[in-house]
Amino acid sequence: MSVGKTLTIARRELGTYFNSPVAYIVISAYLVASGALYFLQVFLIKEATLRDFFAVQPLLFIFFAPAISMRLLAEEKRSGTVAMLFTLPLDDWDVVIGKFLAAMSVMGVGVLLTLAYPITISRLGPLDWGATIAGYVGLLMMGGAYIGIGLMASSWTKNQIVAFIIAFIGSFGLYLVGKLLPLMPASLAPMLRYISLDTHFANIARGVLDSRDIVYYLSIIGGCLFLAKQSLDSRRWR
Amino acid sequence: MPQTMIEVKDLAKDYGLVKALRGISFEVPAGEVLGFLGPNGAGKTTTMKILTCFMAPTAGTATVNGKNVLDHSLEVRRAIGYLPENTPIYTDMTSLEFLQFICSVREIPHNQRKKRIRELAEVCGLLDVLAKPIGDMSKGYRQRVGLAQAMLHDPPILILDEPTSGLDPNQIVEVRELIKEIGKEKTVILSTHILPEVQATCGRVIIIADGKLVADGSPDQLAAGQSKNSYRVLIDPDKNEGSPYRGGNGSLVRALSVKLESIKGVKSVKESGGEDDAIGLLISADGDADLRREIARCARDNGWLLLGMQRHHATLEDVFRRLTGKKASSAPTKLESTKPKAEDEDGEKDSGAVSASESKADEKDERDADAEADVKVDADKADADKADADKPDADKADAEEDEAVEEEKKEKSK
Ligand SMILES: Nc1ncnc2c1ncn2[C@@H]1O[C@H](COP(=O)(O)OP(=O)(O)OP(=O)(O)O)[C@@H](O)[C@H]1O
Ligand SMILES: [Mg+2]
Repeated sequence: MSVGKTLTIARRELGTYFNSPVAYIVISAYLVASGALYFLQVFLIKEATLRDFFAVQPLLFIFFAPAISMRLLAEEKRSGTVAMLFTLPLDDWDVVIGKFLAAMSVMGVGVLLTLAYPITISRLGPLDWGATIAGYVGLLMMGGAYIGIGLMASSWTKNQIVAFIIAFIGSFGLYLVGKLLPLMPASLAPMLRYISLDTHFANIARGVLDSRDIVYYLSIIGGCLFLAKQSLDSRRWR
Repeated sequence: MPQTMIEVKDLAKDYGLVKALRGISFEVPAGEVLGFLGPNGAGKTTTMKILTCFMAPTAGTATVNGKNVLDHSLEVRRAIGYLPENTPIYTDMTSLEFLQFICSVREIPHNQRKKRIRELAEVCGLLDVLAKPIGDMSKGYRQRVGLAQAMLHDPPILILDEPTSGLDPNQIVEVRELIKEIGKEKTVILSTHILPEVQATCGRVIIIADGKLVADGSPDQLAAGQSKNSYRVLIDPDKNEGSPYRGGNGSLVRALSVKLESIKGVKSVKESGGEDDAIGLLISADGDADLRREIARCARDNGWLLLGMQRHHATLEDVFRRLTGKKASSAPTKLESTKPKAEDEDGEKDSGAVSASESKADEKDERDADAEADVKVDADKADADKADADKPDADKADAEEDEAVEEEKKEKSK
């Protein structure tokens, strides 16, 4: 693995995102959706807080992240460029991490643009910037987990739509287990709470950066990237 | 003794139930230009994908530059420049961006990148389109970008899957020259459907059919080893003069054949394409010697009137058709059988005309793949006709030639 090659892959991938309308459309849709949902809430409760903004993010990301990640590997397979890419002297990790970073950057652009909301809000009343920044860190971590799931899904198929649906189901499942906690048997609750994307994010969004939550997101990202790498590598197994 | 650059042993590849490769073995010494021939679906691309570490073989080993493709994948990929089939490249990049991307992945030193890109753009005729998005380019230009990409890092081994497909005739000639030039120092494997291209560029040819290796040798060797020379003669035995050949046509042919077969070097004689009062014969000969004089002398000594004679060199195309055409001809067979018998015979005459007129000079002509395919189809149909018509002679001769091929192969494998 080499940092230079990983960044080369990431740069190329980013070029593709921003050379086509995909990135612009996805980011705009995300901004419109999160902005609309949020400001409706703000005007109702008349309080300068981003709590409600963060509250809708896990749900929004279920659409936002797979829309970004679906093309990462599926498109290469469909167009045949895999034959070019994987016969270059690149480690599979270079490709997987490079692509992950590119998708994260696109997502990051979307997330950074939402900083307009706290900035607007802070003029209306006092805003807890510490909690806000913690929330954004959590948002990027959670986004990373969603993108990881999406990248893995994209490594399994050459159809972008299929990649989207698999990623959607995967992330929705991890989101749902948190919401269904009250309905589950008590013995399963701790485990389900642990695997739920949502509960970890809720902690962070409250302004508590706990190492357990960070470990959770990093292990989801690592696990998914590993499986994506294995899926690419399996061509060379026998 | 040149170093072996590529070594393939009993390579097999299954795609699920499809057996794409069924155990092929060959070696490529350094500095050789090897042509891969074979009908569609033969397994050329599959072999190349294994050599370039795109996928693993199901069985067997492939070694490139002394390194196993499975164990030393990165080193192997560094040593190879690969042009995949259909030139899959990122269409949203300009060719300059794409070549820069390759430079960076190939870790070409920064200070050399500009120079390298310029050199290759010149060689591949890309200077005018460097700023154009690849998606907006014609197929031929895309192919040029693919070629430039493969050679950017000056690899010791080049693997090119149909490098000239989609190029215009000028560019085809240039690319062939380029490949020949490169082949002086580097090892090149290229696949193609254009047989003259192989004769023009390759020092050695491998023919694959149905996942198996069916021929291996220099283009000339293969052509020579195949059916050698043949002569098409038209003889009027002059039966009105009270010569000993008066009688039924069949016995006449047999009598002529006996005389002709006694000429040294003649392998077989069969009837083919006669006229009303003249007998057409196809004489197959061993070796390279020119037997036209002997045949003419034989005719004179026996008092026959020799109306025509044409010498026909076996070409690579003949070899290709003979070794790989069986499958292809089975499809048109059904169509042909609905034709009336008379037309069948016409068909056979035509086939004779086709092969007789195919001298080596023709072969060197620039022909695009389509035109060539047409010729091939005609010939295939003719083959099918032959098989249909009850002509034991023809069948026997075919069988003989097939045997010869088998023997050839056995010798090779020893
Ligand atoms: N990805 C795949 N999945 C299943 N079968 C495949 C795949 N790729 C190739 N095959 C099959 O393997 C066989 C060999 O294909 P290959 O592409 O190597 O042929 P080829 O000699 O390159 O043919 P062509 O001259 O048409 O390029 C064919 O029967 C093909 O259908
Ligand atoms: Mg092919």
